[in-house]
Amino acid sequence: MKKKLINFVDISKSYDKQLVLDEFNLYVLENEFVTLLGPSGCGKTTTLRLLGGFETPDKGQIYFDSQDITYLPANERRLNTVFQKYSLFPHMSIAENIAFGLKISKKSKAYIDDKIKYALKLVNLDGFENRSIDSLSGGQQQRIAIARAIVNEPKVLLLDEPLGALDLKMRQSMQYELIRLKEELGITFVYVTHDQEEALTISDTIVVMNQGYIQQIGTPEMIYNEPENAFVADFIGESNIIDATFIQDEVVEILGVKMPCVDKGFGQNTPVDVVIRPEDVELVEPSEGSFEGDVTSLIFKGVHYELDVMANGYEWLVHTTKLVPVGTHVGIKVTPFNIQIMKKPESADEEAVEIDE
Amino acid sequence: MVKQNSPGSCRNRNALLSRRTTNLLSKTYMAFIFLFLYLPIFVLIVLSFNDSKTRVEWGGFTLKWYVECFQSETIMSAFATTLQITLISAVISTIIGTMAAMGISKMKRKSRTFYLGATNIPLLNADIVTGISMMLLFVKFIDLGFVTVLIAHITFSIPYVILNVLPKLKAANHSTYEAALDLGATPLYAFYKVTWPEIRSGVFSGFLMAVTMSLDDFSITYFTKGAGVNTLSTMLYTELRKGIKPELYALSTILFFTVLILLLAVNYHPSKKTPSRAKEDFV
Amino acid sequence: MNRIKQQFLAGPYLVWIIGFILLPLAMILYYAFFNEDGTFTLDNIASIADPVNLKAMGLSLELGVICTLICLLLAYPLAMILNNLHIKNQSFVVFVFMLPMWMNFMLRILAWKLLLNKNGVLNTILLSLGMERITILNTPAAVVFGMVYDYLPFMILPIYNAMARIKKDYIEAAHDLGANNFTVFFKIIVPLTVSGIISGIVMVFVPALTSFAISELLGGGKVLLIGNIIEESFMQGMQWNIGSGLSFVLMVFVMISMAITNAFDKDGEGGTAVW
Repeated sequence: MKKKLINFVDISKSYDKQLVLDEFNLYVLENEFVTLLGPSGCGKTTTLRLLGGFETPDKGQIYFDSQDITYLPANERRLNTVFQKYSLFPHMSIAENIAFGLKISKKSKAYIDDKIKYALKLVNLDGFENRSIDSLSGGQQQRIAIARAIVNEPKVLLLDEPLGALDLKMRQSMQYELIRLKEELGITFVYVTHDQEEALTISDTIVVMNQGYIQQIGTPEMIYNEPENAFVADFIGESNIIDATFIQDEVVEILGVKMPCVDKGFGQNTPVDVVIRPEDVELVEPSEGSFEGDVTSLIFKGVHYELDVMANGYEWLVHTTKLVPVGTHVGIKVTPFNIQIMKKPESADEEAVEIDE
Repeated sequence: MVKQNSPGSCRNRNALLSRRTTNLLSKTYMAFIFLFLYLPIFVLIVLSFNDSKTRVEWGGFTLKWYVECFQSETIMSAFATTLQITLISAVISTIIGTMAAMGISKMKRKSRTFYLGATNIPLLNADIVTGISMMLLFVKFIDLGFVTVLIAHITFSIPYVILNVLPKLKAANHSTYEAALDLGATPLYAFYKVTWPEIRSGVFSGFLMAVTMSLDDFSITYFTKGAGVNTLSTMLYTELRKGIKPELYALSTILFFTVLILLLAVNYHPSKKTPSRAKEDFV
Repeated sequence: MNRIKQQFLAGPYLVWIIGFILLPLAMILYYAFFNEDGTFTLDNIASIADPVNLKAMGLSLELGVICTLICLLLAYPLAMILNNLHIKNQSFVVFVFMLPMWMNFMLRILAWKLLLNKNGVLNTILLSLGMERITILNTPAAVVFGMVYDYLPFMILPIYNAMARIKKDYIEAAHDLGANNFTVFFKIIVPLTVSGIISGIVMVFVPALTSFAISELLGGGKVLLIGNIIEESFMQGMQWNIGSGLSFVLMVFVMISMAITNAFDKDGEGGTAVW
């Protein structure tokens, strides 16, 4: 089993009396690519800043390699951060930027030169040593920022929405770059983003956060396919989230229709939320479906069509490759395996899931 | 697990302590500079109420220096001249400067460089040289006096107006002006409705700078004023060379508080938010 | 209104530039390089080599440099402290430190005269503490005091502005890469405030170098700067040609000092961008 490299224990932090993190607990394993995912204000950036040493918590401890680093200044921590943007020193060349940390640790000139070459190659910017920062595109700047961080051979690389300022194309190619880097370097990545697609693409483990609480921890597949509550389901991709009643094991009543499902253990006649992904909704002949309704809107999205179907008083979001004109009367069918049952939260506190498995 | 009383919490206390020390040092330093800047002014204010012949010993409270200040022909006429010069020169330089900035903003690189280069001359040149050069020109054509001082003040004020208005014009959206014309507005109407709101703050701060520079100028006025005309600065220079009169303390006090109140009104009304200082939203 | 038409708005200013900026400069050059009878000469320029003038020029440079250095040393920490203040009324605190700048130049000199006088506030305090009276007024030290007092805000403001422009990310990134506070200061903060320092130096050094009123009032006629010599040659001696020659030399020194300072300013943000 891999060891716990980073461990947050009962961390609380507030700004101006507003609680940002409350009794926050999280560990990160060695060589893991962990992504903190959530909307702005969920506490993900604060978590990263606590780890980077730019903030100190009001309560709790942070352990790194089983050493307490809660109050260790940023410059004494063996981890490096790639900031959102604007963090390259504008008065230095690219080589000087990359050499900054190495010079502080008094490395030899030959070593530094070697490292600069190696790092620039690693981020696919060979020969950029003496260019100025202004001459770089946003994507190139972020790659230099990554190079500047990794030459110090940190055990953990922290990335604070590093691709947030880039355009879509650049963002996608940088995502692959990050995955490749992680594999080549074999170090731990802690990544912060609000972009769920990005999180699904690059992470080993995703930590979904909301309002200072962890909502769910899991692999991208788990988070996508088995969201534990409505917040996660809603945040990770578009979904149909429907109020339903769990009649008994393997039977759930959705919009007045009893449907077979695969889940057990939610009690009897319990109110629950049901998540059905739009690509899991099948459109069939009206007579063959569990629900019946009319197509109310149709948008061409490239790889698929996005439809709204009004059926049983609910507007279903449907992704399909078939062209179904507006006004068509259709049936809706969902296979039991694709019906995801979630417990309804009773209070805000309970929205935070216990993470001690 | 690590014990409750880990070395971390001890380090926390040390960090807190050193932060407090830095804080204390900072405050002391600020107090030191504050004292350096304000002690002289404070002394002036106190002495303006001092009923004593010798300068620094307290002889009881009096307002007689204020009475004498207001009765002094020299002070009052210099004060009036200063007000006239400042207001007229600020208005004229704001008009010429704003027009010039609008013209410059449309220019090609070459003429632009010429104008901006010429604008830099009075800004960067030593006041004494600017003053003398203008005096050398003026004496060829007219007697030195009110008009020459006024021209000189307009000359050194225009650059400040241009430098305040140009950036606003650069930031202004050109297509909105053209859109207004396209929609049938006359150029004047389009200027008033579209361009003016975008440059207004720049024009206003340019005007304030012109006022400030004019009020504070000594050297250029000194060389272009001729005999008989005095602004506050040149009057004070003549008086101070003769010796110190207590009514000047009264004048200082009045001016200090006037400036304070004016600046507070212009610069710092409570609705104005401190820019970029609000705590960044980390969360 | 089209491009060409709008350019005509600069017309009045063009007249102004020619009439009141370029023509006066031509006048001073004419007086500097020609005799009273209109023949070309370099004697007026050469008069800077006259021992009295040379000494005054030397003293001007010396006091100008001292005053600029003191202002820089006083202003830099202050600008940093002001920038690090995390309080609601920060802009008001900055305003307080700028306020004396708006008080009339002459009144600020008057205030110092009062403090430094033989029977002034400083000596009264010293005597009441049982210490010796000190004579500062009418010495170069008094002139430097007055200059520093007058010009300090001109140093604080541009440095503070440059400091406020430094993004917090740079400082955090430097800490993150292992820099302690000293490294951050010398490698990040100082280089990024160079343009502000340059502006401040120009704004303090030029008026200090060319001042004549401060030295006249606080130096009591005993501290002779190049500004005083030029002023006398126009207002008392009627030696306009020599005065113009010396003014030209002074102008050259101003230009040299700007060229030197601008050479340090890689970004080219300093210089004219004084506000």
